[in-house]
Amino acid sequence: MPNDITQPIAEKSWDIIVIGGGNAGVCAAITAAERGCSVLVIDSAPRDMRGGNTRHTRNLRAMHDEPTDVLTDRYSFEEYWEDLMRVTKGVTNEHLAEVTLRGSQELTHWLGDRGVRFQSALSGTLNLSHTNAFFLGGGRAMLNALCRHAESIGVTLIYDAEVTDIELENGFCEAIKVEWQGQSLRLNCKQLITAAGGFEADLDWLAEGWGDAAKNFLVRGTPYNKGKVLRVLLDRGAQPVGALDQCHAVAIDARAPKYDGGIASRVDAVPFAVVLNKDAERFYDEGEDFWPKRYAIWGRLVAGQPDQIAYAIIDSDGVKRFMPSVFTAITDTSIEGLASQLGLDPKAAKKTVDAFNAACPDGPIDQMKLDGKATNGLTPEKTNWSAPISKPPFYGYPLRPGITFTYMGVAVNDRAQVLMRDGKPAANLFAAGEIMAGNVLGQGYLAGIGMTIGGVFGRIAGAEAARVLNR
Amino acid sequence: MSLTDNIEADGFDLKALLDPEAAGEVIRVMQICNACRYCEGFCAVFPAMTRRRQFDEGDVGYLANLCHNCGACYHACQYAPPHEFGVNVPQALAAARNDSYAAYAWPAPLAGLFRRNGLFVTLGVSAGLALTVGLMLAMIAPQLFWGIHLGEGAFYQIMPHTMMAAVPLAISAFVVVSFIMGWRRYWRHTGAKWGGFPDLVDAVKASATLRHLGGDTSSGILSGPGCPTGDDRSSNARRIYHQLTMYGFLLCFAATSVGTIYHYGFGREAPYGYFELPVVLGTIGGIILCIGTAGLFAEKRRLHPAVRHDEGLGMDYAFIVSLFFVSFTGLLLLAVRETSFMGVTLAIHLGVVYGFFLILPFSKFVHGLYRFAALIASAGEARRS
Repeated sequence: MPNDITQPIAEKSWDIIVIGGGNAGVCAAITAAERGCSVLVIDSAPRDMRGGNTRHTRNLRAMHDEPTDVLTDRYSFEEYWEDLMRVTKGVTNEHLAEVTLRGSQELTHWLGDRGVRFQSALSGTLNLSHTNAFFLGGGRAMLNALCRHAESIGVTLIYDAEVTDIELENGFCEAIKVEWQGQSLRLNCKQLITAAGGFEADLDWLAEGWGDAAKNFLVRGTPYNKGKVLRVLLDRGAQPVGALDQCHAVAIDARAPKYDGGIASRVDAVPFAVVLNKDAERFYDEGEDFWPKRYAIWGRLVAGQPDQIAYAIIDSDGVKRFMPSVFTAITDTSIEGLASQLGLDPKAAKKTVDAFNAACPDGPIDQMKLDGKATNGLTPEKTNWSAPISKPPFYGYPLRPGITFTYMGVAVNDRAQVLMRDGKPAANLFAAGEIMAGNVLGQGYLAGIGMTIGGVFGRIAGAEAARVLNR
Repeated sequence: MSLTDNIEADGFDLKALLDPEAAGEVIRVMQICNACRYCEGFCAVFPAMTRRRQFDEGDVGYLANLCHNCGACYHACQYAPPHEFGVNVPQALAAARNDSYAAYAWPAPLAGLFRRNGLFVTLGVSAGLALTVGLMLAMIAPQLFWGIHLGEGAFYQIMPHTMMAAVPLAISAFVVVSFIMGWRRYWRHTGAKWGGFPDLVDAVKASATLRHLGGDTSSGILSGPGCPTGDDRSSNARRIYHQLTMYGFLLCFAATSVGTIYHYGFGREAPYGYFELPVVLGTIGGIILCIGTAGLFAEKRRLHPAVRHDEGLGMDYAFIVSLFFVSFTGLLLLAVRETSFMGVTLAIHLGVVYGFFLILPFSKFVHGLYRFAALIASAGEARRS
């Protein structure tokens, strides 16, 4: 039976219910509420941990033809498009990609008008100031501002509420079932917007794409994205998009928490290190490109190694070249000593490092540019910043794949309507954010584009849902 | 461990001045923050943090005194409790900052006065008040004390000017020496470096506008969203009240200084006319000081419980309230100075003022000292990096 708290929520006939209180969901809610709709936002996390991965984000990627208050230079549609095509290798829905990019143009202003503050680009931002607008204080501050605005225009937000089912027949959604405040509620709505994130926190589901390797993944993102809503949608006939094993994953410190480690779990040592697998062998060019352009491939690289573990080894010269890490490096005066501390075969590690050192060119490296200081005759080659690992003490960081978010989701059209298996759009069911990011991001990753997809499609979903209601 | 254990004949131990637990928590938290850096746009603390890879105790003293305890970074923090990292920067820095006041205090054996500072300040100011009022009641003939005095020198009918001035002069000498020694201890402990005049100018600007309570380092010196006090909503209320307090205090100080110049330079004795400079400065100063301290008190009460450092509240409240009484009794004196209540009001005002200044080096007032020193250091670091 509904109680005093749940009754007003349960008895109301909502114009729009939004599942998921992150960036995409709240953008949708605000857009719809501004058009006069009554809106309920349901988040599965407690209030302190609300908003899915938005908490862990820092910026969004926005096209702009001239400098703005929060972005330098210009980032043209063409440049943005090329960047997206490069990382996805064309695995994208080009029409929806274009909608995303064009929609990104007014996103910073739209958010700014609703209380979100951006900062001028400072240090540690991976030199993204011409492509990415940074939230002052990061994603949680951004979400706080958005939620506050949403509440000020009448949106109701509830937390710790788990959606267990969506009544979806012939592409029409009647109601949803929610566990909240110890009660099972059936909530009616005219339009439903799903913005409930991916399934990165469900290791079993990840294993369907990755096999046993998934058990060694760390989940850098929120522990609340278990993909329950996505599962319901797929079970109820929504058309899937994207491959099961596609995700944004980086190499993070293996000592990071199993869930929710976020940005601080990063290790930026790789370009100045040698990276060994558990057999103490190198497996990829550590100096292929600047770290901001390569960090996103290292999650997959480590995932492909035995036991999904790798070790970045660096000397006392190299250790000063990157941002400090949250976990203190494991330190030793010799490579053998470090190797045994890391659980590597000391002799094999020494041999690999010696071979690397012998292949390094002379002269200092220049980390400010692609300096072309490549190893000579080594496989795999290290193509830039190759300097011997020779000056003790030596430092080691264990690395694991850290998954931030998954790409497999539901297919949508340019009105953010969920497409059913027959290819027809659902009548009153929309999707925005991670749950449909795979439409645009088939593979690869472009910093800040997750928030852009969420913001753009959140707004579209909110506007379209309101439009169907003649608002 | 007593704080005085580390004092040596030629100085003090630079390593172990702060409570290891408080300093350790700051170092733990800063290591997490330094790998995240999302908050770097809020204030001076985070840019200062990014200039370091590791943190020692001196860094803790420095960063703690750069922080305004506003809560912007707490509400923005993806690692705040209930996250297992349990990051709470304002709380950690507040604990270390409170501890640093005692650590830098001079004379060091009195550092313990910062322990139960609310009680001490209350007692100190009350003692000053009781003593002054008591002595005057005892020494001054009732018909004089309760009489009506008009015209130049009216106040000195109650208390001779030499005595009225001698007491604060003696107190001031102690206060100034104490501040200089405290500053020295801060400067050496934090390893601050004097980088030249521009750093000083920048620190003055930052103090004059309370720039770092603006909530956004990139905004203009007077704009900015402000900082959260209660919930995560930002406002400039605390910044405005603080500046009313500071400028009110400075105006009152200026009023006294101008009065002194009138007295010795031009042989003109108080009370002065309502539209003369000392009274105008004092009246405006007193009014905005009252408003500022009342506002700060209210803002302090609204502080988010997670951000608030409960152990330091006594010190904060006692300081704010005594400052309020300093200004309020001054205004009261102005209002009743032509009545028979002038004597008793003057006694009360002087008593509060004497008490307030006597405990100054062991009150929250020192935050201004170390904050200003930290701002100079921060300006220098920013210019050199």
